[in-house]
Amino acid sequence: MLYRENGQFKTSYRADQQIFPILQDRIAIALVLVLAFVVVPFVASEYLMRAILIPFLILSLAAIGLNILVGYCGQISLGTGAFMAVGAYAAYNFQVRIDGMPLIASLLLGGVCATVVGVVFGIPSLRIKGLYLAVATLAAQFFVDWAFLRISWLTNDSSSGSVSAAGLQVLGLQIQSPASKYLFCLVFVTVFALLAKNLVRGAIGREWMAMRDMDVAAAVIGIRPVYAKLTAFAVSSFIVGVAGALWGFVHLSTWEPAAFNLNRSFDLLFMVIIGGLGSIMGSFFGAAFIVVLPIVLDNMPYWFGIPIDTALAAHLTSMIFGALIVFFLVVEPHGLARLWSIGKEKLRLWPFPH
Amino acid sequence: MKVKSLFMAAAVTAAGLASLVTSPAAFAQAKEQFYPLLVYRTGPYAPNGTPWANGKQDYIKMINARDGGINGVKLTYEECETGYATDKGVECYERLKGKNGGATVFDPQSTGITFALTDKAPIDKIPLITLGYGLSAAQDGMIFKWNFPLMGSYWTGADILVQHIAKTAGGYDKLKGKKIALVYHDSPFGKEPIPELQERSKMHSFDLQLIPVAAPGVDQKAAWLQVRQSRPDYVMLWGWGVMNSTALKEAQATGYPREKMYGVWWAGAEPDVKDVGMGAKGYNALALNTAGTHPKVMQDILKYVHGKDAGTGPKDEVGSVLYTRGVIIQMLSIEATRRAQERFGKGKVMTGEQVRWGFENLALDQKKLDSLGFAGVMRPLSTSCADHMGSTWARIETWDGAKWNVQPTWYEADEQIIKPMVKAAAEKYAAEKKWTRRTAADCQS
Repeated sequence: MLYRENGQFKTSYRADQQIFPILQDRIAIALVLVLAFVVVPFVASEYLMRAILIPFLILSLAAIGLNILVGYCGQISLGTGAFMAVGAYAAYNFQVRIDGMPLIASLLLGGVCATVVGVVFGIPSLRIKGLYLAVATLAAQFFVDWAFLRISWLTNDSSSGSVSAAGLQVLGLQIQSPASKYLFCLVFVTVFALLAKNLVRGAIGREWMAMRDMDVAAAVIGIRPVYAKLTAFAVSSFIVGVAGALWGFVHLSTWEPAAFNLNRSFDLLFMVIIGGLGSIMGSFFGAAFIVVLPIVLDNMPYWFGIPIDTALAAHLTSMIFGALIVFFLVVEPHGLARLWSIGKEKLRLWPFPH
Repeated sequence: MKVKSLFMAAAVTAAGLASLVTSPAAFAQAKEQFYPLLVYRTGPYAPNGTPWANGKQDYIKMINARDGGINGVKLTYEECETGYATDKGVECYERLKGKNGGATVFDPQSTGITFALTDKAPIDKIPLITLGYGLSAAQDGMIFKWNFPLMGSYWTGADILVQHIAKTAGGYDKLKGKKIALVYHDSPFGKEPIPELQERSKMHSFDLQLIPVAAPGVDQKAAWLQVRQSRPDYVMLWGWGVMNSTALKEAQATGYPREKMYGVWWAGAEPDVKDVGMGAKGYNALALNTAGTHPKVMQDILKYVHGKDAGTGPKDEVGSVLYTRGVIIQMLSIEATRRAQERFGKGKVMTGEQVRWGFENLALDQKKLDSLGFAGVMRPLSTSCADHMGSTWARIETWDGAKWNVQPTWYEADEQIIKPMVKAAAEKYAAEKKWTRRTAADCQS
């Protein structure tokens, strides 16, 4: 009843090509942004921000990056953790080696380094596809793990191999309190999500999707596979690298290569698949599912005051979580984003479905 | 139907999140001192993490049952499973730090988590106790105000092992030209001792060989191939969890004499050797504490906790090496709280900041230890503003195939070597973090 585009006429191509063509969507997104930027920093508890919202935002960003590669361009990658690590360690090196390096610049340069590494490991994609490519990107994971464990220059000769970033500030503002960290991440995520959304709507996004759907056909109609695939790797690794830098700098503040191990890559791939391949919105759903749900499950016994053994709780969490993954994949193989759009379709007809 | 159930799920989740948003109201509580317990009872490190966690919890239960708390202040606790993962540990820390009137002290049970929490503790004003692990440089209390690596760090441990090896070899001059291999867990935990060993290897000109084992350490074939090829005179084992028993089995398969193997105190507990049994006979490890149920504190735990069927773990685990260590850690936390009460008001609930003072002014002499029931379990220790370790003494224990036998000689880490290293590392850390050295006035607070 409320959610209906009747009467919203488009009189120009511009209006027709907006990200959110329906007025109600625009209002909803504006409300979500207001909520996230204005209300949440005031009402959310420290725990909610530090332990849930910040990791959620950063991993959403990483999932958006991976979604560009896997969801839009169809190149399966298991090296996401590695690209995050490159971003984090590169940003760290820029920060400690260059005096007075602005924080945002080092985070973005971290992303640039991840881009370079991503493109290098993306080169095999020109020859191999599917599972074979997944295995090739797995090499990135092992190589990067090795490099940050073994090459002590990369960790500024830290004796324990763990590095840390402290005293974060942007333009003289301290990024110290949970609210400021949250807002810092939120700005990054909002800007990058918007950029990514526009990229995938544009010409290059169409090239990626054409590549994903059938690369031979795409090449026949004049899309250069080299260009399309490597730009997908580049853009994806850049976003993933920035997310990695944020994960290190803002969330963990002290980290070791184990923070970006293979499990991280798997988690991100699950986020993208469960959230919805080829959907920016889906990246957020997927991240919420993978990050927030285990914590909610973990906390469940305490909220309801059920005394439960810690080990049992941990096992139960894994079991329920695993079952839910299977459930959602069975119910909707196209991910939570697809459920979301089905919901919207239903809402349009509500309350008078045919 | 499907949509409905989805809505239900969403509603439940939303309700959960809503309860997260509402900050824990500061109830006017009955006097309760809250000890958050970061533990891991799942994953590859669970065999070692579980007795440790049980020790901590049982000691709290015992103090509540026997003494009714600390001067009338009841002790409460809540566990959170970290799985030895840093990000999960940070989540647990955030979850527990403000609960039940505020956390007293955190024992992260993991070097990686300790590193991450070292940045957060000063902001939240909660001390960290890292007994025998964590950041070696944190011994310098003038820089690391909130860290307490009581009773030893990886540097003191490594130093003691070299001392002992030199002693068995017949003097430091005999070490010249010898090969010592460090088989280590490839993580900050395993890498921490390296600078100290390098320092020692320069001093005595022995050859230090570094052999990393990828975490969690179930696959060590490559590492032991290296050992087989280079035939080091001694092997130091810096492992944790499943890595230790695997290493011993590999040593057995490789035919490397177990008598020449020396483990850190985290590689010297029952779960490490039990599966290997006689195959580990002769294997040595550092001993921070003894094992056994004869100390009075263990008897009390058996009587007041297990006697009332309130034990956290199985009864026969009481008094095992890591269980005892968990008990010691909890005892030190509680004694620090008691010490803080002496200054800030007996019978009151202490804040993290006050307990930090208690940690810094711990004075547990032999008499005090005896009265606490820890006679013979550990050495006396006393901390100060500058020294957050309190004692660096440790012994060597040897596995005879059925139990750990602690050798009588006590070793103390060589201050001449450790002190300058700690100072330099602490300065470097402070420079990176832009921390400043504490003043003498700050020590009074």
